[in-house]
Amino acid sequence: MASSDALLPISAREEDPLLSDGSRSDPNAETHGRRRPVKGLLAVTFGLFFIAFYVALIATHDGSRSNDVKFESDGTATTASRARLAGVSEKSNDQLWKLSGDRNTVAFSWNNSMLSWQRTGFHFQPGQNWMNDPNGPLFYKGWYHFFYQYNPNAAVWGDIVWGHAVSKDLIHWVHLPLAMVADQWYDANGVWTGSATFLEDGSIVMLYTGSTDKSVQVQNLAYPEDLNDPLLLKWVKFSGNPVLVPPPGILPKDFRDPTTAWKTSAGKWRITIGSKINRTGISLVYDTTDFKTYEKLDTLLHKVPNTGMWECVDFYPVSKTLVKGLDTSVNGPDVKHIVKASMDDTRIDHYAIGTYFDSNGTWIPDDPTIDVGISTSLRYDYGKFYASKTFYDQNKGRRILWGWIGESDSESADVQKGWSSLQGIPRTVVLDTKTGKNLVQWPVDEVKSLRLSSKKFDMEVGPGSFVNIDVGSAAQLDIEAEFEIKKESLDKILGDASAAAEAEEFSCQKSGGSTVRGALGPFGFSVLAHESLSEQTPVYFYVAKGKDSKLKTFFCTDSSRSSFANDVVKPVYGSSVPVLEGEKLTMRILVDHSIVEAFGQGGRTCTTSRVYPTKAIYGAAKLFLFNNAIDATITASFNVWQMNSAFIHPYSEEAVRALSRT
Amino acid sequence: MGDIVDKTCKQTPDYSLCLSLLRSDPRSSSADTVGLGLILVDKIKALGTETLGQINMAYKTKPMLKKPLDECNLRYKTIVDVDVHTAIIAIRGNPKFAEGAIVDAGVEASVCEGGFPKGQSPITGLTQKMNKICDVTRAIVRMLL
Repeated sequence: MASSDALLPISAREEDPLLSDGSRSDPNAETHGRRRPVKGLLAVTFGLFFIAFYVALIATHDGSRSNDVKFESDGTATTASRARLAGVSEKSNDQLWKLSGDRNTVAFSWNNSMLSWQRTGFHFQPGQNWMNDPNGPLFYKGWYHFFYQYNPNAAVWGDIVWGHAVSKDLIHWVHLPLAMVADQWYDANGVWTGSATFLEDGSIVMLYTGSTDKSVQVQNLAYPEDLNDPLLLKWVKFSGNPVLVPPPGILPKDFRDPTTAWKTSAGKWRITIGSKINRTGISLVYDTTDFKTYEKLDTLLHKVPNTGMWECVDFYPVSKTLVKGLDTSVNGPDVKHIVKASMDDTRIDHYAIGTYFDSNGTWIPDDPTIDVGISTSLRYDYGKFYASKTFYDQNKGRRILWGWIGESDSESADVQKGWSSLQGIPRTVVLDTKTGKNLVQWPVDEVKSLRLSSKKFDMEVGPGSFVNIDVGSAAQLDIEAEFEIKKESLDKILGDASAAAEAEEFSCQKSGGSTVRGALGPFGFSVLAHESLSEQTPVYFYVAKGKDSKLKTFFCTDSSRSSFANDVVKPVYGSSVPVLEGEKLTMRILVDHSIVEAFGQGGRTCTTSRVYPTKAIYGAAKLFLFNNAIDATITASFNVWQMNSAFIHPYSEEAVRALSRT
Repeated sequence: MGDIVDKTCKQTPDYSLCLSLLRSDPRSSSADTVGLGLILVDKIKALGTETLGQINMAYKTKPMLKKPLDECNLRYKTIVDVDVHTAIIAIRGNPKFAEGAIVDAGVEASVCEGGFPKGQSPITGLTQKMNKICDVTRAIVRMLL
């Protein structure tokens, strides 16, 4: 494997998975041929280089194992059924089969030190056990309420009930007793996902899906037992439940996750519920005046063929002109409507921007080529992010997005560590008023209250450099950065007619990750990095030239070398990100132990990743700035904050009192 | 009746394995897709249990492999106690969680196998079988999505 060939000149677009630390000692070596000094001296020098290089290879190879094994993203698909397996849950038997054939694998076991480090410092998670979808988020009498799918008995899905927590600021939470449990025939097999609606008198109704004792999916009504209790501790289920059962033509297991209701111009309340007919994903529409009896509209809100079951549908208005949230009932000429659905087939959340027609409860997308659920349609997040739900925060006039961030590790590890899943940091959502074609998300401002010490940096980084950024502890960080590629480097690429266009072919997922060097990238930060770089998680921009000679920018997170562990999923995530004339490249990264949330161009492209380092943990987790471009020099101007923990408390009256005073 | 089995197995990555697994269970002739999935989950449980037995025996015959055997013990216990249980409850109501559990079973088996030095695993045939059965089961569960 090690050979003197490695010292020969290499071509401009190169791939060297073995040098996984990305460092190149001397870029000039590539452009000049070997010189010919005295032969004897050359032989000795060569011999020394050979030995040193071989040693370096051994040192880095251990960490780069996953880069050496190249997988097809869809295994060995040969039949139609295999094609349906493709692009699904990234946990794939196919990938691991190939890994277990690789006899360079060092046997690996999780120990409690590694596992307990994975718990986050400031992301919402219960004290233990399994969590999934966010439910019924709302703001009431001074408290933000969060409910969630919860298994009180195990760190895997099952026995689902509604967990409950409250906060003054969406960051510092106190857990409350379970809000609803599976104590009725109509939710005996699960108290599933639902949404809250505020009525005109300020009271609250909750609609949620119950999986009945016969596993039929029905919709149920619940409301607070005592509206004078700001904590909304107790909930009452309507005696006439279920209020909706699967209608004719809809299968009993294709009817779940009712939305928040909105007011129609006729003065009724309207909700939508995702479903499917054969392989067409649909959203059913119901009108009601009292949330107890409903009329189903003949029309669907929308449907898209070949997208499968639509879970967790969300439907809400966004302002075309103002950077603020809108109540779910707002409508008018200055408003577009978002239809979002979670695709059961692929575990991906998609949304589209379009126009709502209140007269018949239908919606059409602005751009049917990227309609909801089509693989190329827009996503809130290009990483691990599912079953998301928004709510209108009337306290601060924002629309806020919650997203379920599941694990990417094995269930034996989840059982061993005693918990599974996180929620993303809540994000504000608005229409991008500059492009008009996508939403923009950003962590709620309140997360800044966790910022402790900060360090500011301004540096110029040459091609092929890794720079250690000394910030002390690096497992809980908030990073905001601005990058610029130096003009000379850009001009050179744009002016070079022979430089191949690559933007059309490039994708974060399939282009080999951050060790693959291009003319104008990748560059960014490597987080949760061991000082040896044997484990690291690069978050980066990759700028590519297109056939039209315009530049296209991609924003990726490469988890392929995040961990030595061979029982975790380690994709490269990300997407292209719109960069407008005159804009610098900006990114924000929230690092919190086993979760990395990355936001490109102010939240135009967001990517959440779960990573499970085995060595780059505790004091050994470091932060690097890197520029792995071949020629280009970049300037980086950035702030790094240490983040405090949110200290989410188990339920106690003292904890509630302490939070009330904040 | 056998038609459903045949039709279903044709949509899996290993038609003949699928047929032999399902036809060996009399319930398959009158089962719907959920029923067929549950039959296969039963096979996963049985194979997992058998493998745990082999692991136990290997402690005595190959004591130098204690460490990877310990890891395999943990992984296969997860398959039998956790993955199988989750798959059974999820397959009826929310099959994507059953899919996750079945995929995980394959992962656990592969990781266990990968822990042995080359050529020294006493259970290679069993882990390979587990992966194949999981692939077939997963394909059937995906039909429920």
